[in-house]
Amino acid sequence: MSHRIRVLVAKPGLDGHDRGIKVVARALRDAGMEVIYNGLHQTPDQIALTAVQEDVDAVGLSILSGAHMTLFPEVVRLLREHGANDVLVFGGGIIPARDVELLAEMDVARVFTPGSSMAEIVEWVRENVPVREH
Amino acid sequence: MAQKVLAESSNVPDLLAQAQEGVPRAVARLISMAESTSPLRRELAGLLMAYSGKSRTIGITGPPGVGKSTAVNSLVAKLRETGARVAVLAIDPSSPFSGGALLGDRVRMHTVATDPGVYIRSVSSRGHLGGLALSTPLAVRVLEGVGYEYIVIETVGTGQSEVEIVDHADTTLVFMAPGTGDGVQADKAGILEIGDVYIVNQADRPGSEKLRNHLRQMIDLGNRSADDWKPPVLLTIAQTGEGIADVLTEVRQHQLWLDSTGSAHHRRVRRVRAEIETIALAELRAQQQGNGSQSRLDSLAESVVAGECDPWFAAQALLAGDIGGSP
Repeated sequence: MSHRIRVLVAKPGLDGHDRGIKVVARALRDAGMEVIYNGLHQTPDQIALTAVQEDVDAVGLSILSGAHMTLFPEVVRLLREHGANDVLVFGGGIIPARDVELLAEMDVARVFTPGSSMAEIVEWVRENVPVREH
Repeated sequence: MAQKVLAESSNVPDLLAQAQEGVPRAVARLISMAESTSPLRRELAGLLMAYSGKSRTIGITGPPGVGKSTAVNSLVAKLRETGARVAVLAIDPSSPFSGGALLGDRVRMHTVATDPGVYIRSVSSRGHLGGLALSTPLAVRVLEGVGYEYIVIETVGTGQSEVEIVDHADTTLVFMAPGTGDGVQADKAGILEIGDVYIVNQADRPGSEKLRNHLRQMIDLGNRSADDWKPPVLLTIAQTGEGIADVLTEVRQHQLWLDSTGSAHHRRVRRVRAEIETIALAELRAQQQGNGSQSRLDSLAESVVAGECDPWFAAQALLAGDIGGSP
């Protein structure tokens, strides 16, 4: 049996809007993935440690608070500090195109903005998670 | 504080050594290995034998929504006050349709989630029934080998018959909440027979005293001799941590009882027995899948539907490796 994809979906910072992330979590689950959700108001530290302990292939961050330029890079930095260099980081939220470009340079592999379809997100995760030996 | 970072291209002994040094990513990788179908699992199981029997396992079970995860959070926090390192395996069900899972037990475990002496792993049951995952016994061995003194196993939210936890925990805590049925529910077979400690959580809600009395009556009716363990029934409010200290006291009492009566050994034998049986069945299934039995199974099923043979005959034929078809 091939490796079952594990994804942490997380809400960093002071942002109570969790409808979007729950819809994405459900879509990933229905695509056969194991989705870990750890609730609202997570610090980057909590998110990185959770990702490491759960040995996930990808971390999806949802931010609708406007703090994405601070929180996204911090999660990436902490993940890399744990040696989780291969964990794919992506995100979603109301994020200006200019910032999406900047985030891409900071190792946030993809940002899904309003209007993205679930099929698109599922397909992208499937195609971009790192390949595992065992 | 500098993070301990996993050295890449690790083999199994390296990974184990790094996990024992406290590299969280190494622990995580070993659990993933235990969950996989990798042949490395055998090497891992062999290496872990040296550490067998060093940890205490506490099983947490009960219906969905009674506060198991919240109680795990409070219980782990209490255990940590003694300085003991604690690991949690939190199992949630997988979808019977997609095989996917939404693992949400961590939502209730924030207080202890970033404590460096705590490791939490969300586990999908991956289609396994019984309340645990197939990988749970090996995952427990990994955590034992890494040096966690307490391993807390939270089952999926159970119905009435997911009683597998009793084979895999030294002490099983059955959680209930008021408003989940009348006294007859308490008399039914299954989950209400397996507790070493019963806990009525959400005790600030009406009906908790009544539920406690039902549970006590149920326990009193059980056949037990003077030196058998008599399960206590406790009231807790896991959200605030109220009553959790008493739960821990009872867990310790139960452990002393296990050790002093030789029951600990019996339980371990029972656990390993279940483990061996599970591995043997999984191997058998893998063997069967490996030699084209899926198509044989299909054709045997066709034969049974066509009335050419009965399911017992077909099962025998499948095990014997015969080509399906008419008897």
